[in-house]
Amino acid sequence: MHDMGGMPAGPVERDEHDPSFAERRVDALMMLMMSPAVGLFNVDEMRRTIESLPPDIYQRHDYYERWLYTIERLLVEKGVLKQAEIDARVAELEKQGG
Amino acid sequence: MAEGPFAPGSLVRVLDLPVKGHMRTPTYVRGHQGYVERLQGRFPDPEARAYGSSGLPPKALYLVRFRQKDLWPQYKGDAADTIAVDIFEHWLSPAGEGTGVRHGA
Amino acid sequence: MAHDRDHGDHHHPHPHQKDHPVRVWERRESAIRSLLIEKGFLSAEQIHRKIEEWDHKSFAQGARVVAHAWANPAYEARLLADANAATAELGIDTTGPKIVALKNTAKLHHLVVCTLCSCYPRMLLGLPPAWYKSAEYRSRAVSEPRQVLAEFGTMLPPDTELRVVDSTADCRYLVLPRRPAGTEGWDEAKLAHLVSRDSMIGVAPALPAGSLLPA
Repeated sequence: MHDMGGMPAGPVERDEHDPSFAERRVDALMMLMMSPAVGLFNVDEMRRTIESLPPDIYQRHDYYERWLYTIERLLVEKGVLKQAEIDARVAELEKQGG
Repeated sequence: MAEGPFAPGSLVRVLDLPVKGHMRTPTYVRGHQGYVERLQGRFPDPEARAYGSSGLPPKALYLVRFRQKDLWPQYKGDAADTIAVDIFEHWLSPAGEGTGVRHGA
Repeated sequence: MAHDRDHGDHHHPHPHQKDHPVRVWERRESAIRSLLIEKGFLSAEQIHRKIEEWDHKSFAQGARVVAHAWANPAYEARLLADANAATAELGIDTTGPKIVALKNTAKLHHLVVCTLCSCYPRMLLGLPPAWYKSAEYRSRAVSEPRQVLAEFGTMLPPDTELRVVDSTADCRYLVLPRRPAGTEGWDEAKLAHLVSRDSMIGVAPALPAGSLLPA
């Protein structure tokens, strides 16, 4: 899915949108995860994980959503966070209306 | 720096390795022939690093140049157009002499 | 453009209206970030500083490098031989990936893409534009590069070889666009104004000399 060179596709849309604040937070998180200071995963692990996204999910989600999904997957895979605690925190935030 | 297995200007073929999992050799060059532009350096193997190992010892990374019309049957640009791709040494094998029209390295 | 997060989770039905899709995703980001901070893996300060750092980066660094190369042939030679060392001469931190400079000439035009993900020389150009990361660009820049250039309004002169460079591994590429005509004797600061981000990716030439407003 990710190996896109030569796949049929439409015209390039000249999308120049500045990343939203949420997108910039994900970008910062990506950089920090891979940085020597934090060092939770490396760029190849990130790429390997994003490449293993099911094709329909890969297509449906935007760039930074895919990377957030990737970060989450790797954090759980490496035992840094548990899926259950992430889901619980999301539910809490939902209830708070945040 | 020693050149590793391939000298600049040599003709190579991209292998179609049955790698499952992470790899950085795009499908569109597999099985094709190209010329080595240069050795980019030696880098830890990303295919191994993708699963947490060190990827050492580092492997030679080559910039390999292909003719676009060799890669794409429907290619509509110029006959001289090329594409250059960074490929690790273990994905390359030497290609035979006289196996096609040479163009200037 | 759907934003539902599909982990096989079910969504709790809400009595009121369905959440705005963007908030679902942002909430997930908040959850992960807050947990990482609570458990001491990183701090809010680190995130804030990282965002600030990238907010302040743009393609200005790349433009400085190109302008300096245009004005100094010896520097250009060093840049082509070892771009990390040459950019470090200008005080730019490129301790990250190996950077390779690609010189455009009358006979050779380069276009950079990363088909496998969206690698980009961020230390020199800042964050990549959304179109560079799009499926359309990643797919067609390799197989239909002249059509993609045409979509950017760029037609190459006759007898120019178009070389696409796909940054599949550890190298990041910076295109050195051709110096525009009529810029003899210009100082570097003025030259840098002609170096657009798009010219350093290769989808466009540098801006023409006449594009600057008169002083």
